[in-house]
Amino acid sequence: MTPKSYLTCTVALLVLAAPAHADTLRLLTWGGYAPDAVIEKFEEATGHTVEVTLSNNEEMVAKLRATGGGGFDLAQPSQDRIAGPQAEFGIYKPIDMSKIDTAQITPSMLEATKANTTVDGDVYGVPHVWGTSGLIVNAAEAGSVADYTDLCNEDLMGKVTYRLKRPTLIGFAFAMGLDPFAAYGDTAAYQDILDQVEAKLVECKPVVKAYWSGGDELINLMRSGETVAAMAWDTGGWKLNTDNPDINFVAPASGALGWVDTFVLPAQGRADDAAYDWINFVMQPEIAAMITEEAGNFTASQGADEFVNDALKAQYQTSFPPEAVDNIRWYPPVPAEIERIEGETLDRVQAAS
Amino acid sequence: MTRRLGFFLLLAPLVLWLGLLIIIPHIDMALVSLRARTGPGEYAPSLQNYGDFFTQPLYLMTFARTAIMSVLATLITLIIGFPISYYIAKIARGRSQASLFLLCLIPFWVSELVRTFGWIILLRETGVISNMLQWAGLADQPVEMLYNDAAMMLGLVYTSMLFMVVPLTTTLESLDDAVIEAGYDLGGNGFSVLREIVIPHAMPGIVSGCIVVFMLSLGNYLTPTMLGGKDSLWFTQLIYSQFIVRFNWELGAAFGFCLLGASSLIVWGMLRLSGQTLERTMGEGA
Repeated sequence: MTPKSYLTCTVALLVLAAPAHADTLRLLTWGGYAPDAVIEKFEEATGHTVEVTLSNNEEMVAKLRATGGGGFDLAQPSQDRIAGPQAEFGIYKPIDMSKIDTAQITPSMLEATKANTTVDGDVYGVPHVWGTSGLIVNAAEAGSVADYTDLCNEDLMGKVTYRLKRPTLIGFAFAMGLDPFAAYGDTAAYQDILDQVEAKLVECKPVVKAYWSGGDELINLMRSGETVAAMAWDTGGWKLNTDNPDINFVAPASGALGWVDTFVLPAQGRADDAAYDWINFVMQPEIAAMITEEAGNFTASQGADEFVNDALKAQYQTSFPPEAVDNIRWYPPVPAEIERIEGETLDRVQAAS
Repeated sequence: MTRRLGFFLLLAPLVLWLGLLIIIPHIDMALVSLRARTGPGEYAPSLQNYGDFFTQPLYLMTFARTAIMSVLATLITLIIGFPISYYIAKIARGRSQASLFLLCLIPFWVSELVRTFGWIILLRETGVISNMLQWAGLADQPVEMLYNDAAMMLGLVYTSMLFMVVPLTTTLESLDDAVIEAGYDLGGNGFSVLREIVIPHAMPGIVSGCIVVFMLSLGNYLTPTMLGGKDSLWFTQLIYSQFIVRFNWELGAAFGFCLLGASSLIVWGMLRLSGQTLERTMGEGA
């Protein structure tokens, strides 16, 4: 069959077989946020088809920037990556809140996300999955690690790993008693904080075995025992805890860093109705619980916790006693200029020896 | 008339390829590199990005490091590749010659990513080599061989070996055995024959192999990222992070052009130094 006739047939089939408003939803998301079982149920319920592309925060923004907000109908960057890129590149379109079943979403999270993703009076983001980054510690060998700066302890020489990305800068700043979020609006003050963190990270370098760059790399390093303490996401810690009870996620004394991944509509998305359908579908408590079991993180869906298995609940409660939950520091929107100077700091740390 | 039409039709794919995939994107990149951000979503023409490259010691140091390491990788590849090529071209005969050549080729049937993962499995602290050393009693604790410049160099040399062996073998095959015998008959020893006859004849192959290996190493992203250690910043990583992580396309594009310009300069220097021309090396070598 030639491509053209194949195309004609596909189009004909679609026209004949599909119900009235069937669309293809091109979803740009993270691993685990769109499990096959959920996609199957969604396709059955609505008649839409879903194409999933997996990515991360930076790549999502870079991809949408390269196409001017085209190529995808729904994307899931973190809430701190919405206002800045929108003001800079205009890659999203406002969300019509009347099309979202807001009763399904935890009100405090909905309001916080709305506030963080508002540009010129329009709201651009709806919360979906949330989680934290903090420490993963092998209690048998590195029980002393309780805060980010403990990753510099000499007795852990060559047994520590973390990423060389902005969460590390922010985490170290908090652990050093500084408040980077308060300095977001003041570039000079922020540069001052970064300089102190840079000095600390360069000083810590001999203790670090490697800067990890992917989740699998981190899991391998910790599981094999090559490293005993790391800065990473909570889910990585819980995953490792299932294999080795000594390893678990620890909320650092200076506070875990909280992120919320959202739903946004790319500026040139072609299937907005399918996108709204997907948002309302996955925020149902039973479906949200399926996503939690796959991704490991909890969602903003109200009442979904009840449907999550007990093992995950227990791991969550061990890592987050109530006071640690109150201590979570949520990322405010990142101004573009901040991101540039952070980049220079990270480059200098990597190049230092 | 029909002959000219045929000529244009044959040329069309090449022109389209070069124009659409190389020239137009490069013009666009050049324009991007020549502007600077003045405010949210606003840009003005400026040379600031190139200024940044030449004034920030970090960028120049990283570039110098990348270039020096690439030259080193090229030299190591040449030193290892030359005897192999000589053996394949001059000493091995018939079937063993073909199978040796094939052996050099086989690793390239799997993707670069898989090959690099192979090295990680071998070299890591809980990896194959470390376990074997402990089992043999040569080490009393796990040995870490990953995440340093030596591991990265190993990866670079391994990745580019084929591109050195192929042009070298081809040029060495064209060397008449009688010439080597004549060299010995005239009283030459192994070293002087190598220096006076074999190397001068193989020069185009050596230079073309070196150019390809150097360019591949300089532009490699995967190997330094996966095998390199916490100090090993490669210039391509800088470009990637400017584009993808920092959203700073302007500086990334300027870096790209600096890399292009500097690598062209180094290759030109290598050609001048070895007294070769691009036509001669590419014509005979590849």
